[in-house]
Amino acid sequence: MPTVGLFVTCLGDQVRPDTVANAERLLVRAGCTVEVPLIQTCCGQPAITAGEPEAAARLARHWVETFEPFDAVVTPSGSCASTVRHWYARLLEPLGAGWLPRVDALASRTFELTQYLVDELGFTDLQLAPAGLRVTVHDACHGLRNLGIRDQPRALATAAGVELVEMSEPETCCGFGGSFSASYPEIATHLADDKLAMAAATDADCVVACDTACLLHLEARRAVTGVGPEPVHIADLLASGIDPSREANEGAL
Amino acid sequence: MSGHSIVTPGPTMRARSKVALRDNELQAAISNLDRRLFTARAVADTDADTKARAAAIRRETLSDLDGWLDQLQVALERVGATVHRAATPAGARRIIVDIARREQATSVIKSKSMATEEIDCNDALEAAGLTVLETDLGEYIVQLAGERPSHIVTPTIHKTLPRITELLSVEAGAPLPEDRELLTQFARQRLREQMLRADMGITGANFACADTGTLALVTNEGNLDYCVTVPRVQVALVPVEKVIPRFADLATFLPLLTRSATGQAISNYVTLLTGPRRPGEIDGPDVLHVVLLDHNRRSLVGTPYEEMLACIRCGACLNVCPVYRSVSGHAYDSVYPGPMGKVLTPLLNAGTQGRDLPFASTLCGACTEACPVEIPLADLLVRLRADLRDHGAPNLGTRAGEHTPHPRTVPGDGHPWAAATAPLPDRPVRARSLKRRGFALWARVWASPYGYRMSTRGARLGARLIPRRARWHGRRIPAPAATSFLEQRRREQQGSSR
Repeated sequence: MPTVGLFVTCLGDQVRPDTVANAERLLVRAGCTVEVPLIQTCCGQPAITAGEPEAAARLARHWVETFEPFDAVVTPSGSCASTVRHWYARLLEPLGAGWLPRVDALASRTFELTQYLVDELGFTDLQLAPAGLRVTVHDACHGLRNLGIRDQPRALATAAGVELVEMSEPETCCGFGGSFSASYPEIATHLADDKLAMAAATDADCVVACDTACLLHLEARRAVTGVGPEPVHIADLLASGIDPSREANEGAL
Repeated sequence: MSGHSIVTPGPTMRARSKVALRDNELQAAISNLDRRLFTARAVADTDADTKARAAAIRRETLSDLDGWLDQLQVALERVGATVHRAATPAGARRIIVDIARREQATSVIKSKSMATEEIDCNDALEAAGLTVLETDLGEYIVQLAGERPSHIVTPTIHKTLPRITELLSVEAGAPLPEDRELLTQFARQRLREQMLRADMGITGANFACADTGTLALVTNEGNLDYCVTVPRVQVALVPVEKVIPRFADLATFLPLLTRSATGQAISNYVTLLTGPRRPGEIDGPDVLHVVLLDHNRRSLVGTPYEEMLACIRCGACLNVCPVYRSVSGHAYDSVYPGPMGKVLTPLLNAGTQGRDLPFASTLCGACTEACPVEIPLADLLVRLRADLRDHGAPNLGTRAGEHTPHPRTVPGDGHPWAAATAPLPDRPVRARSLKRRGFALWARVWASPYGYRMSTRGARLGARLIPRRARWHGRRIPAPAATSFLEQRRREQQGSSR
């Protein structure tokens, strides 16, 4: 089995460490050797979207040097994975022609968690403890449109015994958009309200996504309005189905 | 510049957005947009071959735009049209007003044309003493209201039926019933009276064929045919990117345009206009003037922004955009709203207008996905954010001799949109703004694991000062974890190594 470098992401590291731990448990459960390089920081996306490519390139360079030794890089964020795949070649090319093949090679083995589990490992061997949980999926934009992540979280959730109920527009943005949620808070909350209302209409127990940022945005709004089901990261949902005794037997963690 | 009333006032996109979100009537009107999403899905289902062919023809055109424009001019002159070239909106206005004066025209009828909005054509003609009538029903309503279109395809998407009834009742001088059919009948009758008296018609063009000199015009109401048959003078204002190489290419573009715009396989009316009336023909104008409008477009050729010139103005990106669907067109305070407007406006105006527009996006990429000619709109927004940092005109990037053709969008292939554009410009930094210095400092600190650890530890401590239930613009501020994941892992490793 490959040695996977776990890219924690700055947001996961600082705000949702449990989600990161659950992502790691899932990868171990799927048979991977997981390493967490402690020198990792941030992919640099905030600088890219702020229109500061030079600052972003600095972080991208550190990221590439950090994760180059691994067979694969996996992260519980479609947005951060797509930063690497979609932007790094353009960011780092000005630093010299030698960077392009390095970036291309590394980007092609960088994956979002569900994408890696389903597409690369074919792993769906999970069973959630409480059967009959109703779940609706929010397709986080960058994962959906830059990485093609749509079926993977659904396949995992369904395999785990979850009842999937689709909202009317799973592919419509939740309104976060990084700095957009700070510079256009009125539109950002308006869109979060739309999304939470769509999720509420499904009568699901939770709304699941593959990106912590979207979920935090929805949670922050839901905490004020009380509308909509609980936003839950796919890693947290699935890890609740890992049998701890099997985990112990396999010597994980 | 113009006398149009501001429907959604405010100095910035943010300020106007707040007004738009609080305007219940506007919100009720634009809820119609939700239905248009199905249009976007229909576009997504359009067979990939058509989209790829259309995208390829657009790039073929842009690879030698000036060459195709020369061919177009030759073809137009061959069929008897007079061709003018306008570098600026002011130049185009002057040309059109001069034509009106020379031809001693007094009454102008217009078909729907965003290009004429771009140059403020109506204001110029009215200032010169002419009467101007918009003959597209939506544009007519917008004209009566003294406003601008709020959508490039459906100009009155911001108006409810009661407001439209009020406007037409004022025009009628008596209250009209709130009934779509009857209101349309009134408008038709009123428009026809004036259309039959007009001596000058102004149109845009959806496509201009370089081989035959044919102008292709797409409408659903058909009043455009009055504009090109009744008046003795016709003027077509044609932005340079409307040129397509061959008449046969219409077979690709016409269905692509109508399906993307309104979900129709073909529009109710397709008018193909090749020159003025010839001897023996019973209708058509005596003279046809074609005004080619540049307005900074040609300067985009060879830059990463060249992609924007592939746009066929279908409006699909507006219909799927979560921001547009929230606030609608007037919040952009720009002739072209929505994603394509956010890219095009600062480019056309060389950064003098709409500098905040590229930032008014969540970068969700729905626009890129919906675009039938594969313009990487979300990427261009990101690029503009960087290129508009300095004051003045946007940096247009490297004039790439090594310009690469636009690739097919393949999710997950590592460069879904990347090769479409040249590298981000690596240029000398001039005025270093506070923001730029802040990001540079942040990147310097976070490019070091120690800097990241210390700064985030400080930030987590600082976050403890924020009250637990603190709100910010309607949201509860998320609390960071007491210990970060990496910090916890570091402690565990240190513990086990002891």
